[in-house]
Amino acid sequence: MKKDDTTMVETVEQPEQINSESPTGLKILWREIVRDKVALISLIFIVLITTIVFGVSLILDQDQIVKVDLLSIHQPPSDEFILGTDYGGRDVFGQLIIGTRNSLAIGFLVTLMTGVFGIIYGLTAGYFGGHVDNILMRILDFMMVLPFLMIVIVFVALVPKYSVWTFSLIMTAFLWMGIARLIRSKTLAEKELDYVQASKTLGSSNLKIMFTQVLPNLSSIIIVNMTLNLAANIGLESGLSFLGFGFPESTPSLGTLLSYATNPQTLQYRWWIWVPAALLILLLMLSVNNVGQALKRATDARQRRG
Amino acid sequence: MWKFTVRRILIMIPQIILLSVLIFIMAKMMPGDALSGLIDPNIDPETIAEQREKLGLNDPWHIQYANWVKDLFQGDLGMSFRYKMPVTELIGQRLANTVWLSLLTLVLIYAISIPLGLISGRYNDTWLDRVITGYTYIGFATPLFIFALVMLWFFGFTLGWFPTGGSVQPGVESGTFEYVMNRIYHMLLPALSMALITTVSTVQYLRNEIIDTKQKDFILTARAKGASESRIYNRHILRNSLLPIAAFFGYEITGLIGGTVFVESIFSYPGMGQLFLESIVQRDYSVATSLTLLFGIATILGALLSDIILSLVDPRIRIK
Repeated sequence: MKKDDTTMVETVEQPEQINSESPTGLKILWREIVRDKVALISLIFIVLITTIVFGVSLILDQDQIVKVDLLSIHQPPSDEFILGTDYGGRDVFGQLIIGTRNSLAIGFLVTLMTGVFGIIYGLTAGYFGGHVDNILMRILDFMMVLPFLMIVIVFVALVPKYSVWTFSLIMTAFLWMGIARLIRSKTLAEKELDYVQASKTLGSSNLKIMFTQVLPNLSSIIIVNMTLNLAANIGLESGLSFLGFGFPESTPSLGTLLSYATNPQTLQYRWWIWVPAALLILLLMLSVNNVGQALKRATDARQRRG
Repeated sequence: MWKFTVRRILIMIPQIILLSVLIFIMAKMMPGDALSGLIDPNIDPETIAEQREKLGLNDPWHIQYANWVKDLFQGDLGMSFRYKMPVTELIGQRLANTVWLSLLTLVLIYAISIPLGLISGRYNDTWLDRVITGYTYIGFATPLFIFALVMLWFFGFTLGWFPTGGSVQPGVESGTFEYVMNRIYHMLLPALSMALITTVSTVQYLRNEIIDTKQKDFILTARAKGASESRIYNRHILRNSLLPIAAFFGYEITGLIGGTVFVESIFSYPGMGQLFLESIVQRDYSVATSLTLLFGIATILGALLSDIILSLVDPRIRIK
């Protein structure tokens, strides 16, 4: 039965090999993005924003921007302040640039950290199976039913010496479950394949099989999942900062600018403080999602456009 | 069926125990204890130390935990440091507001998603479907708090159609019909904001489900025997696609809990989410931990409910 399966796969893949080598996972992902115009524009937008934001913030002086200037409180946009000032007389445009940089950076960092932890966790559970899998999955199930938002807020309020690093650690501690579950289920299927058995027979260590043989085969799924997570994490961070439990006010994020809109006066009459930040979050999340959806299609051959 | 339900409930017990341990650790990490809410600065430190001993605050942690759980079962969640009243009473005042807001949101979620999903699935790849798919696409990417802010700004402030805060207009007598309508009027904008964002995944799910079901053999049979198009959609397809959606009901609760924290704070709606944020800011930690515990139990129960409904609907799940 097993043997039949493999021969079938081979015959299906045969035609591809006639004209060229079968494309690698990364090539397929890239091709799908290029074919999907919306995703391509989104990707260009993300790269552009990231470059601008990181480039300009090198020139901008963060201490200068977050310094309170009582003489220029709530000024509408002018030549001096392109997007006006907030309630502390701070330049909104500068905060927008630095805020976007911080939001993006934390988004990347948390996505990376949850990715690394979740992948190791999922690979271990899926590869070893049995009791290991059982115990690890029960822990994961428990983490999934925690009221995420509230627990994160409590920890943020509790942790002494609160910094960007502790914030990312808290976020990571309660966000790794999605990718871990995905990797585990894919590993469960992957480890039944012949190449894993062959490698085992040849005497490869479990660690070697897990990380150098199974993991590369899951790479496209990981990239898709992490892209979609990136959008979610940027949204979560700005949401927490909006509530006042993200970055401290001296390190502005996009959510910090939006939190000024909880003042009804600002919400109604000072659009320059919150509208640009709202639009930027929206565009960023839409773009990252667009890219993620295109990548997701690429991993499923039936849905591919390219 | 019963075997699955019993097993599923048994899984829940360690979850609740773990949750309570986690909350207990959080409570212990917090500065201040059961006494700091009551202490009068004029009492001398020796009496306080005596009181601490008497209340068992110097006991080893496992005894403290046992006492804490015992108090929980008796409905004693401690005292609020800020309001100087039992936490249970304080939460009781807010509980109804949040429950009603969540119920209205749930009703709206289904009232929006079922027709939209049905239209989008039935007339797929028409311009109407494209509009609905576009909405779900944007709704999926939009963070709830930004959408709620925009709704408040547009319908609350700019157009002035809805109140911008509170749960009821002061002066309206409770118990009257007018009072009920006024409450609903205050809840409508926050509930609508939450529903319009949360509903998109259900719309997407229903659309895919209907498009899948449309091509199944039993639909072909129904057509062949001459059933009208509306009968096919309403009786055959919808009934099949609706059950899993009904089962998501419990998982929706989880999403709503996070949502109420944002929405209640944006619309200054006096519910538990707002109380939670206030209690953290004011360092009223006994309230914060109690609310976290309560929301945690609600989440666990929601997941339980969904799993049981799902197993009723889809027998394949029971085997697992």
